[in-house]
Amino acid sequence: MQRLGPYFFILPAVAIMATGLLYPVIQAFYLSFFDWKIGTDLEDAPWVGFRHFIRMATDADVLESITVTLRFGFWTITIEMLLGVALALLLEKPIRGASLFRTVFILPLMISPVVVGLIWRYLFDARIGWINYYLGYLGIEPQVWLGDADLAFFAIVFTDIWQWTPFIFIIVIAGLQALPSEVLEASKIDGANWWQHILFVKLPMIRSILVIALLLRLIDVFRALEVMYILTGGGPGRATELLSLHIYNRAFDTQQLGYASAISVLLILIVFSLSFAILVIGNPMKDKADV
Amino acid sequence: MSPFRHKSNVFGHYATLIVLALITLIPIWVMVSTGFKNDVLVQQKEPVWFLFVPTIENYEYIMNRGKFDRYLWNSIIVGVGSTVFTLVFGGFCAYALARTEFRGRVLVANSTLLVRMVPPAVLAVPAFAMVVNFGLDNDRAVLIFFYTALNLPFAIWLLFGFYKQIPVELEEAAIVDGASPMQVFVRVLLPLMTSGYAVAGIFTFRISWNEFILALLLTSRKTRTLPVGAAGFITDTGVEWGRIMAMGTLIVIPPLLFTFFAARQIIAGMTAGAVKG
Repeated sequence: MQRLGPYFFILPAVAIMATGLLYPVIQAFYLSFFDWKIGTDLEDAPWVGFRHFIRMATDADVLESITVTLRFGFWTITIEMLLGVALALLLEKPIRGASLFRTVFILPLMISPVVVGLIWRYLFDARIGWINYYLGYLGIEPQVWLGDADLAFFAIVFTDIWQWTPFIFIIVIAGLQALPSEVLEASKIDGANWWQHILFVKLPMIRSILVIALLLRLIDVFRALEVMYILTGGGPGRATELLSLHIYNRAFDTQQLGYASAISVLLILIVFSLSFAILVIGNPMKDKADV
Repeated sequence: MSPFRHKSNVFGHYATLIVLALITLIPIWVMVSTGFKNDVLVQQKEPVWFLFVPTIENYEYIMNRGKFDRYLWNSIIVGVGSTVFTLVFGGFCAYALARTEFRGRVLVANSTLLVRMVPPAVLAVPAFAMVVNFGLDNDRAVLIFFYTALNLPFAIWLLFGFYKQIPVELEEAAIVDGASPMQVFVRVLLPLMTSGYAVAGIFTFRISWNEFILALLLTSRKTRTLPVGAAGFITDTGVEWGRIMAMGTLIVIPPLLFTFFAARQIIAGMTAGAVKG
């Protein structure tokens, strides 16, 4: 019992994660070698070897989707980090009512991505959208936001910033408020001005939080598809088709399950290497157990 | 620092917070208010913020003709089911990781963190293949299974942190008093873990309740969950905005309630990954 006990405790969870997460990942590798289409039996699907991977390497659509994902990641993460960190530094001092504001700020993170997509699809609507109406006051002509490649890209970036800046803001504030006050006092006594205080004391001290936040957001960029599925469906063309959405559309729109799996393999490799970076920074669960 | 300057700082502080809160809340208010507007108001170009006669016709439609009750029931079954399994099995696993040494412990800890990030899009095709090949026809059970799998890594991580905060001495004292391992778990640990399980439960339920892409793929007419039902109001002939916003409003009620009653705990859970890690 003493020696087997722990295994009984971990077995159900490990079994579920192995069949529900790990097995599908392995299955994706396996399926990527077959030309399997919806509506046919997997046993009848022809083996194609590495042909999907070779095709993928020169597939302009896949390349475009990767480019869109990287551009999306660059703009959203840069703006969210700058805005989130700046606001956190500005507003870190505890004040009365701060918890009420924080409650409000986590709302975009708590509501369903489908609902986020719906709300912004309405706001960006070309005919009845509120955004076009109020831009009219500034003399800006109504735009077909979700029907133009650049504007639709702007729309998904904007929506992501609305949804995720609070996340950066909240974890950076938590990090700042956990800093030891002695060090902060010392830097003030040593005559550091406001900028020096932030650049050389505060930011370096929350460095690991910033790196983890960045990695988490980066991973999310590669996982995201629900908001875009509702907001634009990936269009117009492939202007807003992030890699995850591209895989989904390939699989269930053009019905190429095998080829979609090959692209999944690429996505898995990207996400796992980013996750691995988080693991290297630290996994608290690895620490020795208290026996 | 003069008191005057301090005062103006506080004023600026509040002003910034209020502006940010408005930016956050306005889109949500747009949804809630649109759900209470009739079609003429919804289709009109000039936005109406507050001054309109609210109607419940959109709600009547989705309740009576929109199969809302069925979607709701499916969402509740799937949400509660996956939450219960995640908490029970995840709790056991976190407990073993926090309190016992065994061969393979580090492997389990690391791979749990690694699979946490598996993208739902990657799961979609293999999950579809599993359902087709094994002839699984209980959609809700399949969804509960996948949602449990998706939620377990984060729940284990969170609960691990909570178990770590409980001093080992408490358990040792109970053992010295002659309690069995099961009694230690139920009588000593669980009462101290209520807030930990509450946070993990909120995160799990919210993810299952909100999830869309796997539900879209794995459910049929009878087993659709609320987000899939809401997306169904987007048709080829256009979007029925009033109805869809009413549906959206109903979908966000549970996450909204959680947020207002447990904001502090949710924020603690969100930051745990980054700040402690």
